[in-house]
Amino acid sequence: MVQALEDDPSMGVILGMGTTVPSVPFERAEFVRADQTYSILNRIVKATQVDTILHTHLITNSTTVPGRAMHEINVIGTLNLLAAAGAAGSSVRHIVIKSSTLVYGSAASDPNTFDEDTVRSSPARNSVERSLIEAEGLVRDFAEDNPGTRVTVLRFANVLGAHLSTPISRNLSRPLCPALFGFDPLLQFVEETDVVRALLHVTRGSVPGLYNVAGDGRLPWSEVAAICGKRLLPLSPYTVFKVRPLARVFDLPDELLDLLRYGRGVDTRRFAATGFSYDSTSAGAVRTFIRALRLRKQSGRKPLSYTYEHDVEQFFRHSPSVVRASQDS
Amino acid sequence: MANGRQVVGEQDRSTAIVPIRIPSADDEEDARLTDVDEWGRSERTRTVARAIYEPVYSKWFRTEWDGLEKIPTHGGALLVANHAGAIPSDAPVIMHGIEKELERPVYGLADYFFRTIPVVGTLWARSGGVPARPANAYRLLKEQHQLALVFPEGTKGPSKSFTDRYQLRRFGRGGFVEIAMRSGVPVIPIAVVGSEEAMPVLFRLPSLARVLGVPYVPITANLLAFGPLGVVAPFPAKFKLRVLDPVSFDVPPDQERYSKSRIMDESERVRSLLQEAVYDMLRDRRSVWFG
Repeated sequence: MVQALEDDPSMGVILGMGTTVPSVPFERAEFVRADQTYSILNRIVKATQVDTILHTHLITNSTTVPGRAMHEINVIGTLNLLAAAGAAGSSVRHIVIKSSTLVYGSAASDPNTFDEDTVRSSPARNSVERSLIEAEGLVRDFAEDNPGTRVTVLRFANVLGAHLSTPISRNLSRPLCPALFGFDPLLQFVEETDVVRALLHVTRGSVPGLYNVAGDGRLPWSEVAAICGKRLLPLSPYTVFKVRPLARVFDLPDELLDLLRYGRGVDTRRFAATGFSYDSTSAGAVRTFIRALRLRKQSGRKPLSYTYEHDVEQFFRHSPSVVRASQDS
Repeated sequence: MANGRQVVGEQDRSTAIVPIRIPSADDEEDARLTDVDEWGRSERTRTVARAIYEPVYSKWFRTEWDGLEKIPTHGGALLVANHAGAIPSDAPVIMHGIEKELERPVYGLADYFFRTIPVVGTLWARSGGVPARPANAYRLLKEQHQLALVFPEGTKGPSKSFTDRYQLRRFGRGGFVEIAMRSGVPVIPIAVVGSEEAMPVLFRLPSLARVLGVPYVPITANLLAFGPLGVVAPFPAKFKLRVLDPVSFDVPPDQERYSKSRIMDESERVRSLLQEAVYDMLRDRRSVWFG
């Protein structure tokens, strides 16, 4: 993300912030290492007079951190970020939040398609969904209290791509993909380059609002596995909820189990209306992912060891801030 | 740039991180392997299902339609029918008949309870079942101009016992009228005769239903006659269907709210139209089995 921003000459100063050091070189962005909850952001905003904050550090993959840490990062981190942005005399004019369609949940009583205003059909039962909903609530309050600041929230569907590791991608990397017996839900994916392009699109265009971001089309889990050339391993839909160790072996956090039962579809027309067009559909994202995976396996290169929501995320889409030339001293 | 910092000029990096548009041979259509649509329906599955169901439809039930031409060949419409028989045969008969005769898909709206049953839920979705949610119906009717079939009686229809046969239950809260108003489509009532005798409910086991978490557990005459096979085997009652004149509501679509009393009135009107048609058909029916 930072590299993509650097390529845009209209961006003045780019400031990256994360909890671990970035793993690719930045050409001209500066990087600040921070703690998980962004407690120093307030001082950074004051010192640099940034006008745009891209908040991409919401954890959407519950396998990377334990529940309590997730609350710290998602809720407290967002709270600090918004506090810094909303402080008196703040220079911040635009905030972009990268959220997830996890906020809609996945239940039998769901509508076929969620648009941005649809409320979820049942309360969240797992910590990642709860913390994301809470974080989005903070953002909503902030937007109401600060009408002068443009706020963009992008809810991304499940991301697939060559460079990132999520429970879904790890399950698709196995010879046997776990599935819940008798269930074949419809899923929607977004390709990782489309994620970066979407974030760039709203950052450059200063597009405010709440949007779903997902590739066109939905496909059944069985078809996802088939595109990847994998077989399904049907697990009992009744015991798997109770047998946590099994869930851990298969990389099946609660939110993924729900998804593998009922799936989720989102309406992406509102985001398309802002002038964004996707490079990949859902099926295309799956194919791009599996082709990249095959290349990695067959070319003998060591698989990329960093994980999406952590290390890649840190540099890749992580809170760079942009100071326009006129505002920079 | 007016800022004092050095700005590095043109960069020539092409890591996959930097979103460069790759001219893709990756065109999306060919990435798909099945024809499952966004509702989970697969036309190929439907074709197989129709091939299997055809003998049941034309040989077992010897289905006869009256007024099929009243169903539009394009544009959205909400089909509304009476619902009966422990495991109702009216839904597959209506869907099969319209798809066979008019060659356009019908989406059957039903309780999302189906989704929670393994295998059954998936087959149900692949063969055109859709959870009955207002948002789903609106999307089907208004945005995709499809035919949707709904049974406003809900589970009250099929769970009623044989002694109440052909007595239409309450039509829910009139949700179907509201959704037809909002989508700006007509309601087309379809009266069905034969479904009650295909699988008569003798009595119900409410406590077992509660334990199993299902809407009702019927003990049917089929169970007594065929044993366990009676769960899936209907009696060969003669099916007759009559399509009534479309009912249009003279209201603007896409309103936030519609008059509740108007909705209840219209709902009751459709119900009595169907009830009258069913009585009329029963008056002319000489035999349950031969019509």
